[in-house]
Amino acid sequence: MKKTPLWFWQIALLITLFAFWHLLTAPGLLPTFYFENDDKAAFFFGEPLRIFKVIWIWFLEGEIYPHLWVTMTETVLAFGIGTLLGLAVGLWLGLSQFASQIADPYIKAANAMPRVILAPIFMVWFGLGIWSKVALGVTLVFFIVFFNVYQGVKEVSPVVLNNVRMLGASQSQLLRHVYLPSATSWVFSSLHTSVGMAFVGAVVGEYLGSAKGVGYLIHQAEGTFDINTVFAGILVLTVFALLLDYVVTFAENRLLKWRPGQSETI
Amino acid sequence: MAITAALTLDNISVTFASGSGHLSQANGYTAVKNTTLHIADGEFVSVVGPTGCGKSTLLNIAAGLLCQSLGEVKIFGEPLNGINTKAGYMFQAESLMPWRSALGNVIAGLEFRGVGKPDAIRQGEAWLERVGLAGFGARYPHQLSGGMRKRVALAQMLILNPKIMLMDEPFSALDIQTRQLMENELLQLWEADKKSVLFITHDLEEAISLSDRVIVLSAGPATHPIGEFVINLPRPRDVAEIRMTPRFLELHEQIWSAMKEEVRKGYQQTKNKLVG
Ligand SMILES: Nc1ncnc2c1ncn2[C@@H]1O[C@H](COP(=O)(O)OP(=O)(O)O)[C@@H](O)[C@H]1O
Ligand SMILES: [Mg+2]
Repeated sequence: MKKTPLWFWQIALLITLFAFWHLLTAPGLLPTFYFENDDKAAFFFGEPLRIFKVIWIWFLEGEIYPHLWVTMTETVLAFGIGTLLGLAVGLWLGLSQFASQIADPYIKAANAMPRVILAPIFMVWFGLGIWSKVALGVTLVFFIVFFNVYQGVKEVSPVVLNNVRMLGASQSQLLRHVYLPSATSWVFSSLHTSVGMAFVGAVVGEYLGSAKGVGYLIHQAEGTFDINTVFAGILVLTVFALLLDYVVTFAENRLLKWRPGQSETI
Repeated sequence: MAITAALTLDNISVTFASGSGHLSQANGYTAVKNTTLHIADGEFVSVVGPTGCGKSTLLNIAAGLLCQSLGEVKIFGEPLNGINTKAGYMFQAESLMPWRSALGNVIAGLEFRGVGKPDAIRQGEAWLERVGLAGFGARYPHQLSGGMRKRVALAQMLILNPKIMLMDEPFSALDIQTRQLMENELLQLWEADKKSVLFITHDLEEAISLSDRVIVLSAGPATHPIGEFVINLPRPRDVAEIRMTPRFLELHEQIWSAMKEEVRKGYQQTKNKLVG
């Protein structure tokens, strides 16, 4: 007997969830059992069909594209800049014991601080455009990458290191051929988290103050109690987060094929 | 006039700054003390000694990875400062770069020396073939067996054509069949263009079947050579066959009786360390 593929059940679950949602919220379908008024459920929880219609119109009439473009740009920039900074500082502190000892309490303090509260300050510094969102995302991404690179540098096998030295590597070749690949593998292991954080930074930044972006759309809709549009924005964000995650997995599989994972057999 | 030795350890002592674990002497742990040994050009010398006696330490000194506390290291008569560039080193533990393919690992040393990529790859492929790994160049270390990884490490060292080969129990992790295969391969490669070899092992049979000379170390601390035996077995040798010859057994008997006491001491000390 052929097994039903996993995706079948995954899609079935999705459809069930939306059907359930529809059943509970559409006015007049079920007798009211919690709200005294039939329309109230729809007011608080939205209606899947209307939500899909909002999304449909967004994509059909193209209203969403500039907003998505802005959110994605912010995410990619925050991710790229945060990763480069984290890599550079992580390598530097990982290799210099003196510097890392001095920086240690400051790094811990900066990481412990809830960085979302910096958003308004970044708006004052960088304005309401994309750069204040990028800055927020960078502060979130930086620490994830930094800690992983730092760890990666510390955990380079001393035997591999000695071997490469015996093969005649100079100091800069050690950095390029041992520390960097080792650190990169650690960066990749945290890639899903850091891309997610870049996305969070962008959306939260937009939500708190901007004139463009999906976060801004959601904020606007909340202002007019347009719950269907709010949910539409959330759904679009979720789908894009998922897509981003697939891209990351793809990159990971391409770049980390040297890592022992599950052995493949045929 | 004496011929200059390829490698000379002259009255070497190594004292580690007192760390944890040892019956902490206030002024550190002396692993090796007053050790002198010479390896002639083209000579294959094995060093045997009980586990933990300081064999790896000696080899690291010869490689320039570790700095001796007292004494001097000379490479072809020149005092050694920093990394020993005339030597190749084969490590006891896994030493390949996991992010490089087998071929990438083999040609790493050439790349560091600035050899052009096409040339390096050509030489690398030739060496992979010579160690019996033709067609495995694209595999990553985790896709190779332990024996294959050792072959890659061997090719990685030999491609640089080092004058001196330092080998730290290179085959100790392998099963006996693979091990004898690798030992025979090593002997063939060595006989092709005689390099000086300092081969560390805790396996006396391996030492005798490979070497021109076997040096026995005492148990630690303050390890030093306690015996030196010339192995006048004919070459070329087959390591499996030579073990059956009467001369081999005779040598084995002779060296073992010198070692026995040290192995017992070494074992006793390790046990005390664990208990105490
Ligand atoms: N970096 C180090 N610091 C302190 N003690 C060390 C260090 N390296 C080795 N030792 C000690 O020196 C002794 C010899 O070690 P080693 O040369 O590795 O022995 P083996 O003969 O097994 O190769 C051991 O007792 C070990 O604990
Ligand atoms: Mg050892």
